[in-house]
Amino acid sequence: MPAPTAVRMTGICKAFDGVTVLDDVDFEVEAAEVHALAGGNGAGKSTLMKILQGVYQRDAGRVELFGEPMSATTIQAARAAGIGMVFQEFSLISTLTVAQNIFLDDEPTRAGLIDDATMRTRSAELLARIGVEIDPGAEVGDLSTAQWQLTEIAKALRQDARVLIMDEPTASLAKHEVDALFELIARLKAQGIAVIYISHRMDEVYRIADRITILRNGRHLLTARLDEVTPQEIVAGIAGKELVEAGVRGPRAEVAEGPPLLEVQDVRAPGVDGATFEVRAGEVVGIAGLMGAGRTELARALFGVTRITGGGLRMHGAPVNLDSPADAIAAGIALIPEDRRLQGLVLDHSVRENLTLPVLDGMRRWGLLVADRIRATSDQLIERFHIAVARPDAPARLLSGGNQQKIVIAKWLGTDPEVLVMDEPTAGVDVGTKSEIVRIVRELARTGKGIVVISSEYPELIAMCDRFLIMRAGRIVDSVDADSIQTEVDLELAVQGLAA
Amino acid sequence: MSAGAPTTVAAAPGGAVHGLLSRLDWRRDIIYVGFVVVFLVFAVLLGDQGFLSTTNLLNILRQSAIVTIMAVGMTFVIGCAEIDLSVGSIAGLTSITTAMAIASFGLVPGVVAGLAVGALVGAVNGALVAFVRIPSFLVTLAMLGIAAGVAQWVTDSAPQPILNSTFNTVFGSGSIGPIPGLVLWSGFAVALGAVVLRKAKFGRQVLATGANRTAAEYSGINTRAIKFKVMMLSAMAASVAGMLYAGRLHSGRFQWGAGDELNAIAAVILGGTALAGGRGSVVGTLFGALLMGLINNGLILAGLDSSQQQVIRGVIIVLAVALARNK
Repeated sequence: MPAPTAVRMTGICKAFDGVTVLDDVDFEVEAAEVHALAGGNGAGKSTLMKILQGVYQRDAGRVELFGEPMSATTIQAARAAGIGMVFQEFSLISTLTVAQNIFLDDEPTRAGLIDDATMRTRSAELLARIGVEIDPGAEVGDLSTAQWQLTEIAKALRQDARVLIMDEPTASLAKHEVDALFELIARLKAQGIAVIYISHRMDEVYRIADRITILRNGRHLLTARLDEVTPQEIVAGIAGKELVEAGVRGPRAEVAEGPPLLEVQDVRAPGVDGATFEVRAGEVVGIAGLMGAGRTELARALFGVTRITGGGLRMHGAPVNLDSPADAIAAGIALIPEDRRLQGLVLDHSVRENLTLPVLDGMRRWGLLVADRIRATSDQLIERFHIAVARPDAPARLLSGGNQQKIVIAKWLGTDPEVLVMDEPTAGVDVGTKSEIVRIVRELARTGKGIVVISSEYPELIAMCDRFLIMRAGRIVDSVDADSIQTEVDLELAVQGLAA
Repeated sequence: MSAGAPTTVAAAPGGAVHGLLSRLDWRRDIIYVGFVVVFLVFAVLLGDQGFLSTTNLLNILRQSAIVTIMAVGMTFVIGCAEIDLSVGSIAGLTSITTAMAIASFGLVPGVVAGLAVGALVGAVNGALVAFVRIPSFLVTLAMLGIAAGVAQWVTDSAPQPILNSTFNTVFGSGSIGPIPGLVLWSGFAVALGAVVLRKAKFGRQVLATGANRTAAEYSGINTRAIKFKVMMLSAMAASVAGMLYAGRLHSGRFQWGAGDELNAIAAVILGGTALAGGRGSVVGTLFGALLMGLINNGLILAGLDSSQQQVIRGVIIVLAVALARNK
């Protein structure tokens, strides 16, 4: 008799506030199998996994673990049942040692006191069993990202996990670290552990996984052996029908002749390993790449948040030195940051205060801020960007995500920058605002700004951009004209390096 | 720190000293270095004023004892990324409660009443911080005023004498051989606190919660219960401290312990516990408290008045914490 299926989830449904996130989803993983789980943003991958881990409760459906029905309602119960999770946002305590983390909250004791010696020995054994060379006495805060992740895996396995969920485990790993991780996964598989591998990287999925399940819009789309599907089919399956029609695109702006507005030459910075490109006035350049490719890091370097360690920047052909965001603003570069709630807005301040924060110098008379000027400037920006705000003096916190995003954009345009770097400008905003933002970006390009857009949302990226730069492992590896990118599938294949 | 730094200092004579220094973890060990340095400086400068006499050294230990006990509790609170500003007032309230209960009901009810004050205030602090989720800074700032106010109100600002000599002997006035009882109490508190923080599951949970609450939660730790317990622990330690004030001074008074919260916090931070939580050492806290006692004692022997002492103590605290931040 064959071993029972490790995980069998049938007819899983889940809704949040009446919005269906999972609709009758089936998902099965065999023991000693590496099963890839794929799907676009909002496809329901993480919700499905959180149900398996006991973080969320399913509205309907069954979960069986090795043939036994499972009804874990807490992380601890799911863990006891054998579900281990390697968290994307790591769950380790940086001030404790490797051994202390592995045994956190389940420390071996002798006479009621923690037995550090046993803990260290058992950690060393565990690490040896999975073939990982890390000193159990090392403080986690001192480890590299890869070691951190391997510790995380050891921690999950310590509780005899029979099912291991890994969410984008290679996102922040270097090439040789990925190899080590894959060897480890192969060993775990040989020990009969079922691995659920969530990833967007097709090359890795093909290397490590046996089967793949694709979710789309909260539904199960397909499950197949990887030797039976092509990467193109998978990419098309993930992207689905939301392809961007060529006609949706905004009209291309006239690109100015003469020297480029911004020249980036072999720029190196933390996470960026040599980026070279240029942006001309009136051009929208999109930067596409997988998570961890260094896109956000590049944006931060261009705005002077992180120090550029090599290469150089030129504006209008003249070299500029960016030691701080203030330098970048002075040079005419503005950044719409990735996390607007954290980096873009002062949520408790009013809409007016937020809009005028970068231009306070212009709001003064005899050294004091003048309410009239603040009101005039902010009203002008609210009107220009169609920000739906009933009371401009109310805190920005009260606005919708889309309107908050428009405030961040409007706020920076108040400084009249020449180059605008936008990091995930359409993340987490509603569809209406998305098209509004696309329109604003095209409009800005027409007025002669140079725009760099980083986005994981391909439909918007395709609708906005004149040119795409493909980023991989901290480098710009390719530049593709908009003409050859008609659909999301084209762009995804370019990002994956699979373009024909 | 580059090799070509234009310093006027000649090359260090021995590599051995460098080797030793490089093995030191500044953030963790600065307190011990600081303690030794200050001790040696005073020993050289104030040796003939009796600094090194047994009586004086025991005096330093005794004078640091009560703050040390509060600071042991505070180490858990700060290690858990919270703060407790109410410990001084809890000590004062405990001292009058114990004194009044002893006068009316006798020794044992007096001690029970004193501990009950700590348990009650700790439960209120803990519940507001852990379950109502009000920042501990605000909760305990409010409690600082409430506890001190209640103590002053019910006693009408009058000291409450304690005539029970057993209580006075056990709580602070007695001694075993040459060793003052207060020093034994604080030694016991430090030993217990050090073992619990380093070797018990609870200590590990406290530091994990302080370092990264989400990760601790994902590791199965009930972080609310932990926050509740540290606030409770700190209040209990403060109530023991309050009874020691009462026993040593043969009376309860609302002012006993006033201002001690800042000394306790300073001792904890000097001792290498991170103000942001996640890292802490009870032995470090002991030395933090001793260092402050040492400085006070030395400055008095040197003939400085209390205003000058405050200035110098402030400078030393800032210096120690600044040094600990490097590297």
